[in-house]
Amino acid sequence: KEADPLITEVQEWASLTGAGVDETPYGLPISFEKDVVRRNVEWLTASPISSINFTPIHALDGTITPQGCAFERHHSGAIELRKEDYRLMINGLVDRPLVFNYSDLERFPRENHVYFCECAANTGMEWAGAQLNGAQFTHGMIHNMEYTGVPLRTLLNEAGLDAAGDLKNKWVYVEGADASSNGRSIPMEKALDDVLVAFKANGEALRMEHGYPVRLVVPGWEGNMWVKWLRRIEVTDMAVESREETSKYTDVYEDGTARKWTWVMDAKSVITSPSPQMPITHGQGPLVISGLAWSGHGKITRVDVSKDGGISWETARLGKQGDSKALTRFYLDTNWDGKPMLLQSRAMDETGYVQPTKNQLREVRGENAVYHNNCIQTWFVNENGVAENVEVS
Amino acid sequence: AETVSQLRQKVAEIQAVAEERASAGSDMTEPAPTRDGAFGLGRGAMPEEVAAWDVDVLPDGRGLPEGRGDVFTGDEVFAEKCASCHGDFAEGVDNWPVLAGGFDTLADKDPVKTVGSYWPYLSTVWDYVHRSMPFGEAQTLTADETYAIVAYILYSNDLVDDDFELSHENFAEFEMYNTDGFVIDDRPELEYSNWRTEPCMEDCKPSVEITMRATFLDVTPEGGGDSVMNDASAEDTPTFVASAQTGDTTSGTETVAAVSASVDPELIASGKKVFRKCQACHDVGSGAKNKSGPHLNALIGRQMGSVEGFSYSKVFKTAHEEGKVWDEAALAEFLAKPKSYMKGTKMAFSGLRKEQDLDAITAYLKSVGE
Repeated sequence: KEADPLITEVQEWASLTGAGVDETPYGLPISFEKDVVRRNVEWLTASPISSINFTPIHALDGTITPQGCAFERHHSGAIELRKEDYRLMINGLVDRPLVFNYSDLERFPRENHVYFCECAANTGMEWAGAQLNGAQFTHGMIHNMEYTGVPLRTLLNEAGLDAAGDLKNKWVYVEGADASSNGRSIPMEKALDDVLVAFKANGEALRMEHGYPVRLVVPGWEGNMWVKWLRRIEVTDMAVESREETSKYTDVYEDGTARKWTWVMDAKSVITSPSPQMPITHGQGPLVISGLAWSGHGKITRVDVSKDGGISWETARLGKQGDSKALTRFYLDTNWDGKPMLLQSRAMDETGYVQPTKNQLREVRGENAVYHNNCIQTWFVNENGVAENVEVS
Repeated sequence: AETVSQLRQKVAEIQAVAEERASAGSDMTEPAPTRDGAFGLGRGAMPEEVAAWDVDVLPDGRGLPEGRGDVFTGDEVFAEKCASCHGDFAEGVDNWPVLAGGFDTLADKDPVKTVGSYWPYLSTVWDYVHRSMPFGEAQTLTADETYAIVAYILYSNDLVDDDFELSHENFAEFEMYNTDGFVIDDRPELEYSNWRTEPCMEDCKPSVEITMRATFLDVTPEGGGDSVMNDASAEDTPTFVASAQTGDTTSGTETVAAVSASVDPELIASGKKVFRKCQACHDVGSGAKNKSGPHLNALIGRQMGSVEGFSYSKVFKTAHEEGKVWDEAALAEFLAKPKSYMKGTKMAFSGLRKEQDLDAITAYLKSVGE
């Protein structure tokens, strides 16, 4: 065997000098990683202005999603709104209707929390059957960031809730400043619990596509409620029943009736590697099976992995103890014998909820659903290590 | 010594920026007084400010402004402002939403969820049309126009007769077809209790077989994994295509700068911003396709009504037959007042008022529309 010239010969990078500081005052990933980008599925929507793309979860590890590749969902395109032009209004059943500007928000006590944001339609294309070949496309409408922001309850308290009387059956309607004017009704109980008015993510300002300068963070609940470019908070005595909470983000049963107010995202998981975009390229021997698990109900407590399509299961190792309503990384450190596998993962959360199979979901919901598909995903891995999206009996 | 003076200069620059911020005023508030349980931040919202932003309409009709509109007027307004995406009869164009019909399909395999068949509250229709439509020109409809459009949508769903008029007075009386079609999230009862069990670990089912493969459908876009069906080996699969998603915003203008030194890059950049008013319906640049409006590549010098595969209005078909050509003057006149220059055009856009916007968009279209 020949010695490795990468070791025995002096390489260019070991001799010539490299890039100086300030070459990229705000850096992008190195060029070799240019495939790790958001992608969309053009046939899904009429226009990219009102559309969604997908986080390259297959190529990431750990739990934090870099903002630059975190999925985007716009209803009327991402807007450029300067901090100086930003206003946030609180009105409705409050003692003092108020207007805040951006620097006001920075003067309230703030908190840091890591949360996942998942679109209710994530995995929605898979209801009809296995459709898209890639974890990015089947499960990429999700990201997980550390948010800095002011608890919504602090702002509601600032405006005063005596005028609202009994807080039971009261609502907080939140609305964005963009042309879609996306608005959602949040029950008061949740609004006073863990909702954040956030202005930083992963330490830096929110990106334009994620609602710069201010967005709402509604932990554990569907992404559509995380209103971007948040401009108004109104306390009401009933749900507004906006377009986004009636005609969209509702699910039709087989008998034609529909479920509404399905806010919480149930426990879910997916193996990100191996997966169709991440085949096994190293042959037999040590193999790290890795994936993500999350639950809108709280912490992930356990993830099981099956290599035989759900006949038998092994409990995976959690990268670290699960955070509530945040992504948890899991690993199964195993030895691949080179035989085909049907890989599945199954998440459990602190409420004891066990991620269901697609058949279990279909039994209850029929096949007309669009949103909230949290079924167990199957990848078929062949003897060459190539992975494919399949359904199993 | 030189370094020190450079450093001093840097510090001075940074301080100047900070001072400018501090003196700009708009970003500043009064010192916070203390108040029980509150911080005294923000200022009182003025009634006219609340009125400007608080326009949502509740299911019981609260929040509706006074006004009225009938089906006949609605037909006209809809044709002008909505039909380019939603169709003359609210039947939907391309992938844009269909607004009418679909009754008795909700229990079918592919339910047709329209305003008529699915939307439970009329307030939602009024509120959404008034605040978020037309796409690309939101918040431009008057209350009367909105009443008229909503009346027409009801008519197109056969929910009212052609002499119907909708107003703030009769709004609350109207009951939608699917009002009772919704149940509040019942996952806790129907699902959670069944699925909070100790999961099986061994011999959970007797056998397993593959029942469906994603590759049967072949709908995965570039960047997805190739599959065993493609007879590929692990070494060369999956194939990733370096996409244009990093840096698509600069390629167009850079090309132009190379082509001609006489074009003004600032004007083009400003035209690109103006084009945001158009991009809901028009595509331009490499690979541009027809949307609800034709693509705008090579527009200047192009014969009117000549894009293949686009269904033009009568007035453009006539212009085409007459051999009319888009030059800069014609484009400027059309964009200033589309409906008077081309009477009968399907283009819903009301027009660009500023001359500098007209110049900018022309420069932009010339720059990218090769």
